[in-house]
Amino acid sequence: MNDVKTGRGVATRRAVLGSAAGLIGSAVLPGGWIRDAAAAETYPALGTFPEGSSGDSVFIGIAVPRTGTYAVPGEDELKGYQLAIEHLNAGDDLIRKISPSTTKGVLGKTVKFGVADNEAKPNTAVQAQSRFISQNKAVMITGSVSSAVAVALNKLADREKVIYLPCISGSNDTTGKDCARYSFRECFYAYTAANAISPVLIKNIGRDKKVAYLTPDYTYGHTVHQSMEEFLKPGGWTTVTNQVCPLGASDYSAFLLNIANSGADVFVNINFGNDAVQSIKQAQQFGILSRQILAVPYITPFLAREVGPDVMQGVYAATDFWWTLQDKFPLAKMFVEAFDKKYGYKPEWGANAAYLQVAFWAEAVERAKTFYPPEVIKAYEAAPTLQSTVGEVAFRASDHQLVRPVVIIRGKKKADMKGTDDYYDVLEVVPGKDLMPKPDVLGCKLGSYT
Amino acid sequence: MLSWPNFLSQCFNGLALGALLALISSGLTIIYGTLGVLNLAHGAMFMLGGYIGYEAYAATQSYAVAVLAGALAMVVVGVVVERVIIRFFYARPPEDQILVTFGLGIVIVELVRLAFGSQSVQIPPPAWASGVTIIGFLIYPTYRIVVLGIAAVALVALYLVLYRTRLGMVVRAGIEDSGMVDLLGINVDRVFMLVFGIGAMAAGFAGIVNAPVVALTPDVGDTILVETFVVVVIGGVGSFPGAVLGGFIAGEILSLTSMIDPSYSQVMLFAVMTLVLILRPQGLFGLEGRE
Repeated sequence: MNDVKTGRGVATRRAVLGSAAGLIGSAVLPGGWIRDAAAAETYPALGTFPEGSSGDSVFIGIAVPRTGTYAVPGEDELKGYQLAIEHLNAGDDLIRKISPSTTKGVLGKTVKFGVADNEAKPNTAVQAQSRFISQNKAVMITGSVSSAVAVALNKLADREKVIYLPCISGSNDTTGKDCARYSFRECFYAYTAANAISPVLIKNIGRDKKVAYLTPDYTYGHTVHQSMEEFLKPGGWTTVTNQVCPLGASDYSAFLLNIANSGADVFVNINFGNDAVQSIKQAQQFGILSRQILAVPYITPFLAREVGPDVMQGVYAATDFWWTLQDKFPLAKMFVEAFDKKYGYKPEWGANAAYLQVAFWAEAVERAKTFYPPEVIKAYEAAPTLQSTVGEVAFRASDHQLVRPVVIIRGKKKADMKGTDDYYDVLEVVPGKDLMPKPDVLGCKLGSYT
Repeated sequence: MLSWPNFLSQCFNGLALGALLALISSGLTIIYGTLGVLNLAHGAMFMLGGYIGYEAYAATQSYAVAVLAGALAMVVVGVVVERVIIRFFYARPPEDQILVTFGLGIVIVELVRLAFGSQSVQIPPPAWASGVTIIGFLIYPTYRIVVLGIAAVALVALYLVLYRTRLGMVVRAGIEDSGMVDLLGINVDRVFMLVFGIGAMAAGFAGIVNAPVVALTPDVGDTILVETFVVVVIGGVGSFPGAVLGGFIAGEILSLTSMIDPSYSQVMLFAVMTLVLILRPQGLFGLEGRE
């Protein structure tokens, strides 16, 4: 895709001749020396650098689930990426408000991208992104709905020295024990979600309640379940059952019967994607929703559109972004309008996360003035305050997690909805800094830059 | 959640799950038994039956019309698929048959995704079967009880066709020895076409009957296909009674294991399948020595 104009040998010789002094000064650095066309400085070859950025365009590898249980949030996410890249290449106002160093493209280069279906499976995702890295010399890879995918790509990114940006990933592990030097997460996650929604639940539902969990059987489900138990404990809430179910089940009757017979007051459903739609719809058929209060600590995009307001009314949920935040944040308004104009619907939170991830990355590269990954990472780690669709945010250098608010919403009655997409009341926008764990709590140890 | 009420609820639920699995599996096993083709597009046909029913429901708002349309349309789809694709693969090696039906499944799923998108579509249960039924301690969705009834009736109907009609006799003879049936001067070609149509109908019928229970998505047949294979292996490949018994066994395993530890319910299903394969490789009702 990207024709590499500078042969490695030629560039090396030229670089050596051109900056002999610099070479002597930093002879400890490994690798052959190559002159970066964009920056005046010289950096050694690393990952897809410099081949990936030697032409007049750079390539981003996008892999989202387009089939299977996470296909719906995957498609929304993809649209967010496409809009962001279009805005980058055009130097649109919105992206320049989030990435003020941007003029047009990234470091003057047009951004191109490829899309693959990761099927929400780690193996498929790693294969697809490895292809983008080896064949297209991707300077950045991105996309996830499953945390299993995000964690696998974190490892790939550290190994291949190519920056990876997870999109939707709710597991504590993504910026916890499986964090990566080459990975940065934008969205909220188990710990912050549970920390934000638990006080709201205790305040509105009362103390000493019994909880039944429905938990998808992988890193995301387990960490959300753990975090919810941790933060509901102060309210005296106890777990009566935790129904661990496989990813992509279509029938939840056995699990739901156990929940129906558990005597729980509150039903915490951690399922995501179509699993959330199926299990909530079936829970209603079993009469569970009329006897237990449903709470969704990590809400899947499009849930209300799919199960309808009759099911979602009164349901408490935590989310990353909801479009009516446009009344509160001017950038949200710009984003929602641009997205709606292009795609004909209000963006869900995956699209917002994708857009922000691309914009933040562009800002980091512009600040680094090079695509050399360690410099880009350091630009991220300098943790500048960034403008976003949810107000001011900043990455945390210690675990590469964005400190950002969590939005608590509650399903509206059909009669109270103003328009077809107005499914939720925004109850609270809980500031991120109060929600974050101390950096070492989740076990993050970042790897090496090179 | 070990308690008597929950145990009995789960036993009943296993029955309801099992009836549906039995219905889908019987389609798969009849096709394999007669034609020798392992139809990996069976899950896609289950899904397609649901979507055709959905379209019919959207047009008429009638549950009965939706079920009829879903089932009958799948007979047509089955016959067309058999004539256009499958019949050219009877003489080909099993790998080719697996590849072509697997590919067919992908094409069907992605065509439906193209037409309907990945977001789920919903068919409500008929008004007379919505809500919950309370039988003592058991609170169960009324429509799921209806599904159990419908599946049972459909299984009996399939049994009658297979064991009480001339077509059924030919099909069963074909399962035993299709070469011999051919030698007897029976038009095996036409029987094969009909069998594929009936197999597809069983899948499509189950798909539309199950549609109000789930939210219909293009991927809804994927997990079902895997469970269906387990059922067929447990019951004995090619055996109709095996598919029925296997379906109920699988349903009970899924339900009862979930009571002790839900994360093991899928594991148990495969563990039992493995056990059957070790102790009785041909399956519970399978005939020894048949491929």
